[in-house]
Amino acid sequence: MSEREVNMRVWRGDANGGNFEKYSLASQEGEVVLDVIHRIQATQAPDLACRWNCKAGKCGSCSAEINGKPSLMCMTRMDELPEGDVVVAPMKTFPILRDLVTDVSFNYEVAKRVPAFQPPPPPEDGYRMQQVDIQRGQEFRKCIECFLCQDVCHVIRDHEENKPAYAGPRFFIRYAELEMHPLDTNDRREFVRQKAGLGMCNITKCCTEVCPEHIKITDNAIIPLKERVVDAAYDPIAWLGRKVRQKRKLTPEEAVGTVSHDVATDPDS
Amino acid sequence: MPEYESHEYDVIIIGAGGAGLRAAIEAHGKGLRTALVCKSLLGKAHTVMAEGGAAAALGNVWPEDNWKVHFRDTMRGGKTVNNWRMAQLHAQEAPDRIYELEAWGALFDRTADGRILQRDFGGHRYARLAHVGDRTGLELIRTLQQRAVSLGIDVFMECKILKLLKDSDGQVSAAVGYWRPTGEFIVFTAKAFVLATGSIGRSWKYTSNSWESTGDGHAMALWAGADLIDMEFVQFHPTGMVWPLSVRGLLVTEGVRGDGGVLRNSDGKRFMFDYIPEMFAAETADSEAEGDRWYEDHTNNRRPPELLPRDEVARSINSEVKAGRGSPHGGVFLDIASRRSPEYIRRRLPSMYHQFMELAGVDITTEPMEVGPTCHYVMGGIRVDAESAATTAPGLFAAGEVAAGLHGANRLGGNSLSDLLVFGRRAGLGASEYAEGRTGTPSVDNSEVDSVIEGALAPLGRDGGESPYDLQNDLQETMQSLVGIIRTESELTAADEALGELDERAANLSVSGATPYNPGWNLATDLPSMLAVSRLVTGGAIQRKESRGGHTRDDFPGPDPEMGKVNFVQRYLDTGGIEIEPTTRPEMPEELAELLKEGN
Ligand SMILES: Cc1cc2nc3c(=O)[nH]c(=O)nc-3n(C[C@H](O)[C@H](O)[C@H](O)COP(=O)(O)OP(=O)(O)OC[C@H]3O[C@@H](n4cnc5c(N)ncnc54)[C@H](O)[C@@H]3O)c2cc1C
Ligand code: SF4
Ligand code: SF4
Ligand code: FES
Repeated sequence: MSEREVNMRVWRGDANGGNFEKYSLASQEGEVVLDVIHRIQATQAPDLACRWNCKAGKCGSCSAEINGKPSLMCMTRMDELPEGDVVVAPMKTFPILRDLVTDVSFNYEVAKRVPAFQPPPPPEDGYRMQQVDIQRGQEFRKCIECFLCQDVCHVIRDHEENKPAYAGPRFFIRYAELEMHPLDTNDRREFVRQKAGLGMCNITKCCTEVCPEHIKITDNAIIPLKERVVDAAYDPIAWLGRKVRQKRKLTPEEAVGTVSHDVATDPDS
Repeated sequence: MPEYESHEYDVIIIGAGGAGLRAAIEAHGKGLRTALVCKSLLGKAHTVMAEGGAAAALGNVWPEDNWKVHFRDTMRGGKTVNNWRMAQLHAQEAPDRIYELEAWGALFDRTADGRILQRDFGGHRYARLAHVGDRTGLELIRTLQQRAVSLGIDVFMECKILKLLKDSDGQVSAAVGYWRPTGEFIVFTAKAFVLATGSIGRSWKYTSNSWESTGDGHAMALWAGADLIDMEFVQFHPTGMVWPLSVRGLLVTEGVRGDGGVLRNSDGKRFMFDYIPEMFAAETADSEAEGDRWYEDHTNNRRPPELLPRDEVARSINSEVKAGRGSPHGGVFLDIASRRSPEYIRRRLPSMYHQFMELAGVDITTEPMEVGPTCHYVMGGIRVDAESAATTAPGLFAAGEVAAGLHGANRLGGNSLSDLLVFGRRAGLGASEYAEGRTGTPSVDNSEVDSVIEGALAPLGRDGGESPYDLQNDLQETMQSLVGIIRTESELTAADEALGELDERAANLSVSGATPYNPGWNLATDLPSMLAVSRLVTGGAIQRKESRGGHTRDDFPGPDPEMGKVNFVQRYLDTGGIEIEPTTRPEMPEELAELLKEGN
């Protein structure tokens, strides 16, 4: 194991201001940035604030800007960062609470405005959906709500005044997911156009670049959503047609439901 | 004394994992004023980390499956010390709870005919786990969260409850806590409370659990006078990561084995064939060829021993490592690379692929993983009534991992997520009924509130005391080395003594800084619960002089039929000590007992 040192510059402060403080520690093999932050807490700065839960890239709590790049601290390995000081700062788009912790309540407020999922009543033997028809929705549901895409999106990053009228990329994928859900019957297009500010997004793709779940936010959600929504004339018949077409008819074999084990464990077949 | 804000509700639910969210949805649905309180942001609870799936006998892949088989598997996995009524309700109701999630927007993986796909897991006779790749917990928590938000349920997030208070007739009436962002104190009064606070794993050094799993609910129930049972039963999951050190303990889903992965020692041997216990011999393959055929044909072959219940697999890995046949970093090898195609592995186990690639630099499609046991789940917890989830403290209900009974001595994978749904709902109903029947306004004694606040603030005002981080570290070392997967009388008594000393040190903590978002202070307020649950686990482990499920005694290596008839109940005495009492389980009805017989 090497005796190398790591040098960290970590933002310390609160809503009234703050500055970067320097911490030096012995490096440890295989560490991620969050490990180093935890070691700083345990040995040098017990009140250094950061959020975390899973330490495995699954909960989206530990978002920060590492060397200027919005990232998860628990998934950023120290040995993959360039030599020199590692700079850790809180997300810029949200108000500071303390140190690396920001007030992300904006996102929870936007979530409250999403018109709910609305399926038809289930048929006697339960809903049927084909894997191919839910694949895209599943991609969006991988979202761990780290809000890094929200952090990087320039529409709100530099323009606080846009926040009330803008849902942001995390919620564009949520709208896209609901729009593409084979069972949903709720039409949110007017809402997305007027209240969620989809028109303000100019497809810079910065959100896609930072998404730790590698969700293709722009290509797979925003652009198709724009086509459906902005698609000038509000045409309920065309919309309905599109919804219905998403549902592939079952072949007779599929409908009878001959399930052999290996077919069943393979979601693609 | 610092000021505090007060809120009044019908039902307060402490914890917003799967169990708490499901309880809140139910209580809200009954028309009661309901609020959720949680230590982290909404949607970040431990449930989000669950990987493999939720067990429910839907019979979509194996039409032979039904609640009776699920009941049998759960009881056998739990070494039959489970609360049979809970096991029965769970097996019967789990399918409805899964379908309900679908109606709320969940997108489970599908079978070829468009129904919910199910996967194999250890101890389940049939492929039974509804899942979404290896991120089922995320799907579950997000679906419930979105449902709760659309219903407009109030959520107090990043708010930690310290203690429950009772009114003069002994009903739980208030909860005192603080907002983590500001450090300001808050008091909730309500007609009924539900504890859904999850696990206790943080008291061990190597654990798959998040920082929140400090056993707060277990401790608060204890302090409120409720009974706890089975605290000696802690599940060490057989496959945690062992390297790099910084991720030691992080979970490797059982889905790897369910999808064909096998365990090998340093000689490359599939050692699990050497460890098949009598109880499972009749249903376990005795050759590699048969085990391999089973994946394609469950009817004519028996399951491979890698899919024995978790306690068996964890102990076997432990023995291999002790015998000097471990991997370079002190685990064994989990190999799926030589058994399945890279495409299959990436599709079935995307987040495992990701986790090993990014954190360990290991490509699981070409190399084996190194794995070893990690502290994962507590079967023990608050004693509850199967139907209503009522604890023995009036006004207090409990569901999810903090409650006990369903899993007995050992939990089967996938049975927790379904537990959260089935008993979360029942706790919501139970609490609603209690709240509706309660007369008078719940009251709180201000001096009691003041003393809770004073206690919490004490470390901030104290100079020259000890760091909470050092105390946490010593506690974790103690529990890891003395109350781990294999236990013995002398080590357990040593642990009990060590915990006494740690308790004394805990009374002398010092914390720097102020109360707003101060992790050092937050930890200082978690330590009393961590110490309390450590005591309960150690106390139970000393009493249970046999080996059963998640509790293995080196000095009593086999099960003892007499011990098999009892559960150890622990409760707090007003004098400050803890009383431990064996209680006999109610007899199982004949028709259920029949299901457990050989050949069924
Ligand atoms: C990595 C991993 C994978 C798993 N995979 C599976 C699986 O595939 N299938 C399966 O069935 N099970 C699995 N489990 C187990 C399962 O995930 C847990 O048992 C389950 O999620 C616990 O849910 P819960 O609702 O009881 O509590 P949690 O989800 O742990 O939630 C606890 C809640 O209580 C809150 N809380 C705690 N203390 C306080 C306090 N003092 N004040 C206020 N709030 C508080 C927390 O903030 C949180 O909101 C897995 C566990 C882990 C760790
Ligand atoms: S593509 Fe749109 S949503 Fe994404 S960062 Fe750019 S402007 Fe924001
Ligand atoms: S879409 Fe990606 S970047 Fe945005 S919140 Fe979800 S996981 Fe994070
Ligand atoms: S701690 Fe959960 S994503 Fe980093």
